[in-house]
This record gives sequence, structure tokens and C-alpha cells, in this order.
Amino acid sequence: MSTVMTKAINLKLVRNENERSEPEVQKEVVYDTKGLNLWYGETHALKNINMDIKEKEVTAIIGPSGCGKSTYLKTLNRMVELVPIVKTSGQITYKGKNILDKSFRVEDLRTQVGMVFQKANPFPKSIYENIAYGPKIHGIKNKKILDEIVENSLRGAFIWDELKDRLNDNAYGLSGGQQQRLCIARCLAVEPNVILMDEPTSALDPKSTLRIEELVQELKKDYAIVIVTHNMQQAARISDKTAFFLNGEIIEYDKTDHIFNNPADERTGDYISGRFG
Amino acid sequence: MTTKYMDAELVGKRMSSRVRKNTGWKGLFFASTLFGLVVLAVLLIRIFTQGIEYINIDFLMNHLSTDASRAGIMGAILGTAWLMVVVIPVTMVIGVGTAIYLELYAKKGKLQSFIATNISNLAGVPSIVYGLLGLTLFVRALEFGNVILAGGLTLALLVLPIVIVAAQEALRAVPGNLSEASYGMGATKWQTVRRIILPAALPGILTGAILALSRAIGETAPLTVLGIPALLIPFPEGIFDTFTALPMQIYYWTIDASLVAEYANLAAATIIVLLVLLFLLNSIAILIRNKFQQRY
Ligand SMILES: Nc1ncnc2c1ncn2[C@@H]1O[C@H](COP(=O)(O)OP(=O)(O)OP(=O)(O)O)[C@@H](O)[C@H]1O
Ligand SMILES: [Mg+2]
Repeated sequence: MSTVMTKAINLKLVRNENERSEPEVQKEVVYDTKGLNLWYGETHALKNINMDIKEKEVTAIIGPSGCGKSTYLKTLNRMVELVPIVKTSGQITYKGKNILDKSFRVEDLRTQVGMVFQKANPFPKSIYENIAYGPKIHGIKNKKILDEIVENSLRGAFIWDELKDRLNDNAYGLSGGQQQRLCIARCLAVEPNVILMDEPTSALDPKSTLRIEELVQELKKDYAIVIVTHNMQQAARISDKTAFFLNGEIIEYDKTDHIFNNPADERTGDYISGRFG
Repeated sequence: MTTKYMDAELVGKRMSSRVRKNTGWKGLFFASTLFGLVVLAVLLIRIFTQGIEYINIDFLMNHLSTDASRAGIMGAILGTAWLMVVVIPVTMVIGVGTAIYLELYAKKGKLQSFIATNISNLAGVPSIVYGLLGLTLFVRALEFGNVILAGGLTLALLVLPIVIVAAQEALRAVPGNLSEASYGMGATKWQTVRRIILPAALPGILTGAILALSRAIGETAPLTVLGIPALLIPFPEGIFDTFTALPMQIYYWTIDASLVAEYANLAAATIIVLLVLLFLLNSIAILIRNKFQQRY
């Protein structure tokens, strides 16, 4: 536990230094959500969401259970459409194009936007095949290239050394934390621009959690990362911006420091300090 | 605040009668199971003692003959094998195709559940009705005659609902988070179905298909309706040949036992062959299930 704490402090220091050394770097907006509403049948799950997400940043989404965090995340790669009763209005522009437009091809979107789920969901295949799956469905057949992708992706998720000797083992034989990092590696193999993570550490022990948090810090150098979490310390440790959701609305969205140190809305403060939720 | 509703003395007094009842019910369930087992055992013993000594290479390899000592069932074995050649591809393609459509493509709604319910209902239609359908459609309307193709298609229709329902269940059992992972990487629906869902569902689908097949192998009623003979016909060599099949052979030898007593023994011997075949098929189904059983 003490290592986690020191780590957190270190991260914070590092971030503050970074902010001081490069304060005015203009980061590109990847996602721009304007007036998004979403209904599951009669349930109004997202209400007038406005939010922009920038590259090379970690954006955390926090809020009590059932407030619409997962729903919003799944709207960003249109995975919500797997629920047939879903209806949306408003718009989400991804790199200048409205992804809610029916003419926007979901396959293109999901190739550029990777997703890591709450519960690790490796395929019942070998470790190698799990990683190679993405490249293969996008038409890469060359064994040498696939080998390279597998190695690079596993290295990218800092799990290569652990797994390099058992690439042909079934992924179900891995521990929960390893499976989750495998899923992150699998997501990297498609070379996305954005990674969406829905409570990626909620089923993991502190050590695996820490490794994934470090991984997120590493990945944000190249990717935009949106992470849903119930863990306030985690949000504070790893995110640059935090959005507080409540009953389908965004109550507050700002720099993480602001949200945690002097929130504008009373409810945000109450939630963060554990007074409800 | 805490009222006591549980009177320890009363509870203790009732306890022994509850325990006695418990033992009684357990005994009743055991007796029911035992009844079934005993009947089955008697049946098997009777058939085996009657038929086992008639099983030898000649019996298995010979043509049919009116002379009981020379009669063989090779024709029936080949007929049954040829039926399977028709039944397997037809049920697999149409059955699995239907299941995939209903489970993975069709919009979940009234129509879809109406179709699904009726497929389950079809599984309960008496097999003789399928015989009538086959007679009208394949033998007469399409003028196949009572050949292997007509028999095979009839049996295929008969077991199709079983295959569809089994395949639907296997597809439904594939966890949704696997397909989510696939879609999440930009896979199309077909890629997800082909590479993730089908392989995961395959053991279940195959198990269902094999069990359906063993049902088809034992069916007699639809074949009698089609007018399948047990005559001295040449061995079938293709799907347009006339044929007889193992259950038909059993049927005819059993009813002709009133003319030639020995036929009853031949029927028993044929039943053994059929049982061994069914036993093998079921073992394969269990093997597949155990070998590929997945921990999700
Ligand atoms: N498939 C669905 N069908 C109908 N309603 C749904 C569905 N999924 C979510 N909802 C509803 O939408 C609302 C938001 O759910 P969502 O899963 O986005 O919450 P969440 O913030 O992720 O909660 P948690 O922290 O518990 O994961 C809830 O009221 C939920 O009941
Ligand atoms: Mg959620």
C-alpha cells in the first residue's frame, strides 16, 4: 500500500513538472460531443452531454453506479448499438466527422478506437492468436509481420517478458491481471488512436492495478485514453481531466486537479469525498 | 424488539416427522429410477440372449435372403449409411444456417419468437407425419420414388428442428463479451460469427447434430410410410437407388416371425447392431463435448 502511495505522489510530481515545462502545448481534440442524448427504450440514460476529449491525455469519468459512464464510453465507439432499443440524438465528432451519422462506418471507427472492458475477455485461443486476431481481421496474413505485431503489442502492454515463452498457451490459463493486460495488448495490436477503458482494474489486485496504471501513463504518450473508474485515488493519480457524471448528466468536467481540489459543484465534492454514491 | 417465533420445543417435535418424510420422498424417486433401469435391463438381456449368437461376419456381410440361415444385413447397413450421407449435409447446412440467422441476425421481435416457438413445436410432431410429408413431396410430387434421396430428405426434415434448437442453444451460450471484444476491434459481423462465435459454439452444435443423427438412424415410421421395402434388392450404390435400412429390416423380420420363427432371432441380432451403432454415435457426442468443453 505504501508503494502505491509513493507512486501516486511521484506521478503527481512528475505531472506538475511536465505542466510547468510545457504549459502551452496545443493538444488536438479527438472527440467532441455536443448535446448528446441517449435512451434505452424509455430510460433517458444520457442527458445533453457536452464534452471534448483531447489526444495524449487521460480523461477519467467518475460517478455513482448507473449514472451512464459505461453508456457514454460505449457511445464513443458505437458499441451501444448492440442494444437494439437504443436511440440517440445530438452529435459526437471524431476527427471532424459525426460518428452518430448512420453513414459513418462503425468498423472504421472501432479500428481507430480500441476498447478494454471491465472483465477481461480474452478469446478462448492461444495468447498469440488473441493478439493476432485484430491484425488478421484487417487483412494482415504475413506470418513475419504478425509475429512482429504480437511482440510489439505485448511489449507495449509490458507483458512480453512474462508471456514470451508461452505464446501458444491458451489465454484462459493466465491470471486475471495478465488477462487484462493481454486484452490491452490485443487492443494495441490494431494501432488505435484512442483507448476506451471501462473500469479496467475493478477486478484486479493492487499490484496488477498499479501495473495497469503505469501502463496507462505510458500509453498516453501516444493515445487519447478515456477511463471509467470507481476508484477516486485512481482517477486522481492517472488522469489529466475528470468528468463527474450524475443521473445521466455531466455535473462537472475540468482538469483533474480542479475537480479534486476545488470542485465548482457541491455534489462533485460530496461524491469525491465519499459522502454519497 | 426481537420476538421469538421459533419455539425450540415445537421445532424439535416436528423435526422427526419432517426427516421421515424426507426419506420417504427420496425412496420414491429412487424407485422410479430403478423401475426404468430394470425394464431397460430386461429388454437388453432378452435381445442379447436371443440375438448375439446370430451375429457373425456372414450375417453382417451377406445379402438378404428368405433362408434365415443365409440371410445378412449388409444391404440394410449400406442403406442406413447412405441415408446418413443425405441427412448429415442437409441438416448441418440448413439447420446451422437457420440457427445462425435466428440467433444472430434476425431482429428480436414477435416474428422471430413466433418462428422459434414453432420450430420447437415441429420437434414434437410425430415422425409418421413427416413420413406422409416425405411421401407427398419427395416420392410423389418430385417423383424421386422411394429412393435414398427421398428417405434421407424425409429424415432430415424430421431431425431438422432438433438440430436447429441445439445449435441455437449452443450459439446463445457463447458469452457476449467475446463478440464485443471482436466488434470492438472493428471486425464485421460475419468475421465475428465466423472466427469467434461459431468456433466457440461448434462443440455444442456437433453434439446436438450427432444426437439428432442417432434419432434419424433409429426411425422406422416415416420409412414405412414412404414404402421402403425389405426385399431382395441389390446393394444401394448411390442416392437414387432403392434401399432398405436397419430399422426397416428389424420391422419386417419381426412381423414375419409369425411365418418363420427364426426371423425373430435375426431381428434381435439386427437390433444389437443398431444399438451398437447408436452407442458409438452417442459416445462420439460425449467425447466431443468433453474434449472441447470451454471454460469461459
Ligand atoms: N442494455 C440496457 N438496457 C436498458 N437499460 C440499460 C442498459 N444498459 C444500461 N442501462 C441503464 O442505463 C443507465 C446507465 O447505465 P450504465 O451502465 O451506463 O451505468 P454506469 O455508470 O456504467 O454504472 P456502473 O458504475 O454500475 O457500471 C442505468 O440506469 C441502466 O439501468
Ligand atoms: Mg459501467
